Amino acid sequence: MSDGTTTDEALNPAASAAPAYGRSLALLALAIVLIALPFTVQAIGQPALVPLATRVLIYAIAAASLNLALGFGGMVSFGHAAFFGIGGYVVGILYRTMTDDGLFLGFIPGTDQLLITLPAALLVGGLFACIIGALSLRTSGVQFIMITLAFAQMLFFLFVSLKAYGGDDGMTIRRRNALFSLNTRDDITFYFICLFVAALVFLVLWRIVGSRFGMVLAGIRQNERRMAAIGIAPYRYKLAAFVISGMGTGLAGALMANYLRFVSPDMLHWTKSGELMIMVILGGVGTLLGPLLGAAALVVLETVLTGWTEHWQLVLGPILLLVVLFTQGGLNGLLGRLGLGRSAP
Amino acid sequence: MTAPLLSVRGLRKRFGGLVATDGVNLDVRDGEIHALIGPNGAGKTTLITQLFGELTHDEGAILLEGEEIGGLTTVQRVRRGLGRTFQINQLLPDFTMLDNVALAVQAQEGHSFRFFANARRDESLRTRARQHLATAGLSHRAEVKVADLSHGEQKQLEFAIALACEPRLLLLDEPMAGLGHAESEQMVAMLSALKGRVTMLLVEHDMDAVFALADRISVLVYGRVIATGTAEEIRDNPEVRTAYLGEGDA
Amino acid sequence: MTLVLEQLLNGLQFGVMLFLLAAGLTLIFGIMGVINLAHGSLYMVGAYASAFAAAQTGSVWLALLAGLAGAAIAGMVVEIVVLRRLYARNHLDQVLATFALILIFNQGVTILFGRQPLFVSVPPALNGSVQLLPGLTYPVYRLAIIAVGLLVALGLYLLINRTRIGMLVRAGATHREMVRALGVDIRLLYTAVFGLGALLAGLAGLMAGPILAVQVGMGEQILIMTFVVVVIGGVGSIRGAFFGALIVGLVDTSLRAFMPGLLRHVMTGPEADALGAGLASMGIYLLMAIVLLVRPKGLFPAHV
Repeated sequence: MSDGTTTDEALNPAASAAPAYGRSLALLALAIVLIALPFTVQAIGQPALVPLATRVLIYAIAAASLNLALGFGGMVSFGHAAFFGIGGYVVGILYRTMTDDGLFLGFIPGTDQLLITLPAALLVGGLFACIIGALSLRTSGVQFIMITLAFAQMLFFLFVSLKAYGGDDGMTIRRRNALFSLNTRDDITFYFICLFVAALVFLVLWRIVGSRFGMVLAGIRQNERRMAAIGIAPYRYKLAAFVISGMGTGLAGALMANYLRFVSPDMLHWTKSGELMIMVILGGVGTLLGPLLGAAALVVLETVLTGWTEHWQLVLGPILLLVVLFTQGGLNGLLGRLGLGRSAP
Repeated sequence: MTAPLLSVRGLRKRFGGLVATDGVNLDVRDGEIHALIGPNGAGKTTLITQLFGELTHDEGAILLEGEEIGGLTTVQRVRRGLGRTFQINQLLPDFTMLDNVALAVQAQEGHSFRFFANARRDESLRTRARQHLATAGLSHRAEVKVADLSHGEQKQLEFAIALACEPRLLLLDEPMAGLGHAESEQMVAMLSALKGRVTMLLVEHDMDAVFALADRISVLVYGRVIATGTAEEIRDNPEVRTAYLGEGDA
Repeated sequence: MTLVLEQLLNGLQFGVMLFLLAAGLTLIFGIMGVINLAHGSLYMVGAYASAFAAAQTGSVWLALLAGLAGAAIAGMVVEIVVLRRLYARNHLDQVLATFALILIFNQGVTILFGRQPLFVSVPPALNGSVQLLPGLTYPVYRLAIIAVGLLVALGLYLLINRTRIGMLVRAGATHREMVRALGVDIRLLYTAVFGLGALLAGLAGLMAGPILAVQVGMGEQILIMTFVVVVIGGVGSIRGAFFGALIVGLVDTSLRAFMPGLLRHVMTGPEADALGAGLASMGIYLLMAIVLLVRPKGLFPAHV
């Protein structure tokens, strides 16, 4: 395997030289760092960094899922906050239904079991992605961008108007979902739950991108006319990728609701879609590990900048502008070009 | 005589006031190389594009093995055995040559909703793709990214991809365009080697290539087929001489 | 009945505002191929510049001039500094770069004017109401907005279909090289078109001032509705923008006006109001979904 195509650049540095070997080594190093992280930061007396790292992981899941549609499939969705928020509301509504001892929609009992809420968020996220994708993919290009944005906005207004679930103000989830007998309240425990889910998501995405489906998806991104000429109708494949992408984003939303113990329409706000896209492009579009890098960059940047000024977005704006205008391939590409190891064309 | 593989009857296409295809009748026999020639703007590419279903025609019938395919989408026509190469290359630039061809092989195996196994390590796909690359004389460049290929190599790759789809009828839209002399000769040799195995409708400006390859030639002028016949018949046809050679475009 | 008529006028007034934004957005997209999220920011700049000038000088005309000039200049600067580099880029880069511009504009305005909304009074000459029909009085100012919007629509129609500039604009969209070969500086043309789009956005912004609060974020709210307009009307089509804007304006206004009332028949007051408002906000998006199902390219697809 020595093909330097974008599809596996993140995991396949500099084509031929030291392929599978260096890659495994780098992944191993990353795994060790991520596992050791909570203990290290506690040892150096910065326990507040654990929740920060948790947030990075959750956003990395969302951004990596978005990246499947956006980077690998070429579908510029500006509405992924909808799936993120829906994932969060699945957790919130199931929790509220449980505490009220009622039935959601008259037949769904509530629960606070993570093993149920996470798959539920995944499914509901996928369902909404299927509906929105089926409609939006009838268009392409700039219309697709506008339409995904508009549908997300529609769901935003829906949740704003649902007074039963907090409306504008959102609703608090008093306790994080339970998982076996673990203390999910504990930051380090919750970090490892998120790390486990993130590892799973990245593994699945890695397999998908390299699979026959992934090849077709990458082909569609590059040239739909060519794909039709070899007998592949793009729509179904794009929709499938969009649905998988929505599922992953919904999953991330469910984790975020647990992390914050709070959901509100803010999770569906269009700026959230923008943030997810920023993470993808900061990390490098169409690379597997890029979103992790991008999520880390944005979350850390936000944390550092808000420490300096409340107008942190005034700093983020120009940074983003410079990244878009003058780097090709985001941070991942930048690092590659500076010779700092990983990837990029 | 057996029925033609492709039979076009009264095909018509208008763009506003311009009649691009004006009642075209055309038969392509099984196994032949049928060349379609004509001056610039005669509507050759427009015709190919309609046959392939990327552009819908206004009137007329397109029969493949006696069955109407005029209402089908491009993808459905490909499934029925139609293939084409493009005058302006339509390739997957981020992929290697081998990836491009392997994807075409994969597309012939039905749906691609397989999410887990690594497609680049699927030897059944790769082996067949390498065979098609070999046929097109590209084996030594299999692992090169399309974006890094020369124009001539891209043309050959177009051809290899089309072969990988194993078409009954291959529509070739100016496969020699932009090729150097040596590359053209190579392409002619390749097409000639496949003669009889794949039926071809060849649009081409290079008359040496046309006369070397074609069993029969049709001449398209202003959206109409004005003559069909063997190379000699076409060379001697007075109508063709005035309409076509008279414009000094050969 | 008069209530319905009044809401129709409100819808028309909202529609022409949307048109002013949608026209610029669709023109910029149709000609330069750029999706400009910061279009809403230009609307905000127009509103703030005008409100600021009005507060400083008290002159209606200076306020008008400041709003138009502020938005147009901001637009042209943005085009020259940022957008110009994006024409050849993909939509993703365009979205993110113009998203970055939104962040910059919003924070910049927050720093200059604070988070408190500014309130602008209606120009004295347009104050008061006029009786249109027995029992139907309507604010003069809103009628003026409708008139201005319709005039601009007419002007744009004439500009694009009847003038040399319009011809260049139409040709520039399809045959960039040809226009360049004719010796027209296409970069100047693009900057001018962008400036025109910004001017229209600023006009909408400054007219919105006395009706809505002038505040940070006002641009994005209306921008997303403008997207709906453009999608319904057909991307790149001015005619589509016009009819799309009127449809969206009317539908949105009537749903907001009548939805809670209808719901109150089946549920209690406050809940009906909340749900009604929510459903009304969703209405135009549902409308868009229906249009897409029937006509994926919008109601009036551009010819290009």
